[in-house]
Amino acid sequence: MKRTMIPLGPYHPLLEEAEFFQLYVEGETVVDMDLRIGYQHRAIEKLSENLHFDQVTFLVERICGICSTSHPIAYVQAVEDIVGVEPPERAKYIRSIVGELERIHSHLLWFGLAGHFIGYNTVFMWAWKYREPVLDIFERVTGNRNHYAVMKPGGVRRDIPPEDVPDILRMLEELEPKIKMFVDVAMDDPVLHARLKGVGVLTKEDAIKYCAVGPTARPSGVAIDVRRDHPYAAYDKVDWDVVVMEDGDVFAKAAVRLLEILESIKIIRQCLENMPEGPIDAGIEEVPPGEGIGQHEAPRGEVFHYVRSDGGNSPVRHKVRAPSYMNIPTFKATCIGESIADAALITASVDPCYCCTERMVVAKDGKGRTMGWNELLRLSREKTERIKKEIGVEEPKWDLPEVSFRSRR
Amino acid sequence: MTREELLQKVKAQLNDKILNFCELSPKRVYITVPPEDAFEACRFLFEECGGRLVTASGVDTPDGIEILYHFGMDGQGMVLTVKTKIPTREDPKIRSIATFLPGALWIEREIHEMLGVEFEGHPDPRRLLLPDDWPEGEYPLRRDFKGVEG
Repeated sequence: MKRTMIPLGPYHPLLEEAEFFQLYVEGETVVDMDLRIGYQHRAIEKLSENLHFDQVTFLVERICGICSTSHPIAYVQAVEDIVGVEPPERAKYIRSIVGELERIHSHLLWFGLAGHFIGYNTVFMWAWKYREPVLDIFERVTGNRNHYAVMKPGGVRRDIPPEDVPDILRMLEELEPKIKMFVDVAMDDPVLHARLKGVGVLTKEDAIKYCAVGPTARPSGVAIDVRRDHPYAAYDKVDWDVVVMEDGDVFAKAAVRLLEILESIKIIRQCLENMPEGPIDAGIEEVPPGEGIGQHEAPRGEVFHYVRSDGGNSPVRHKVRAPSYMNIPTFKATCIGESIADAALITASVDPCYCCTERMVVAKDGKGRTMGWNELLRLSREKTERIKKEIGVEEPKWDLPEVSFRSRR
Repeated sequence: MTREELLQKVKAQLNDKILNFCELSPKRVYITVPPEDAFEACRFLFEECGGRLVTASGVDTPDGIEILYHFGMDGQGMVLTVKTKIPTREDPKIRSIATFLPGALWIEREIHEMLGVEFEGHPDPRRLLLPDDWPEGEYPLRRDFKGVEG
């Protein structure tokens, strides 16, 4: 049968971020695929080498807007690993609380999008509606709906005062039955079963070979979770379960995420109850020469930071590994053999995050260069043309008009 | 397998290859091996010890390029890092581990474009993150990198 290449991207029909999948199909079946990334590359690792250890916390917070506290948690632990200090007990509990609140809002965001992707827009609107109070709590507790700026090497920057606790508990109280309703609905809904079961299966062998992490690995029977396996923050002081499933399909990935929200609620409640009084910052004065590693189980899986110091003010090397970096390549294992209609859903099922995956613009001599709308448009068209030529795709020439763009400001 | 049993097993198997064995803390262990033995050390950790490749870090140093393969030993609560230094900055080469471990495909491509290390035997050595018109021979994570026109 004739093999056809279908480009999905660089402007993806479903996801907000730019990435480029080349799907090779025979009839309706995907027989091969190539992933091209690099559209979001911002040179974070290079920038980090020019910032003070404390400033890097805020830089890595901006790697991702969804799991914005996950990178700082991993980074500050890497610095603490070099210095050899433990954060104070109360700071550990606050880290866990903020980390789990983030997981709740991130999983709800994904669940809503997943509903939207399969044309189930009721799920989309409800999930996002229930996500909103979580963001309100973030604003109340940290001052921001995203980019909370709570972490710092040696502890946390903001305490959770006692008067905020009842509000957090009340939010959880109201959220829990809604999540349970979603679990019941998802587990029993014949439409969701028909649409998601057996689709895009990631086998346990493939999950291990590709070193998949988080809610991409756990639905395939790989019982790994950094929070349990490499305990940090307050995760070893509270009672909770790692959610594992066996089927590895899109349905299992959705179920794992929903059930994890309930575990997160459990963790936050116990943390709020057991949180000891005391200082929230160990007060790191300087970072000696050495190397350190920090890990955190972000909503999408393990975030890993490696930091090397030569005793100066900035890291000499800072390696960032986001979970999607390991999860996106599993598409090779899950999309091939599936129908083209399912490919978009399967690629969405790992909750891919490209900003995280690519992290690195080089500003020469400290000066950035600003490009206008038409210039960006021209660059984008040129690149598309070049890629088409490379892969041998011929199509009629369009006489494209110059698009005018009016700024709202 | 407990943590101690695992470390014994690693020491026994890689005995003559280990240049330095460093237990920084119970959760962080670093093993230094010569570059020609890094492949075997990684294969052993992945296939026989249940190690999960977390990622690899490439570091530019004055006398060579260091590569650190970080393995998550999830059953033992520790990160075991295989450290190796390719003793040259001119055309550094090392054997690819992506031939048996697909999880290393992307990170080896990234280290290749960022630090200029050639991974011998890599099945798909294209660029990963840098743009197509990035000049050849410019490696942004090298310490002597001065920026490019553009």
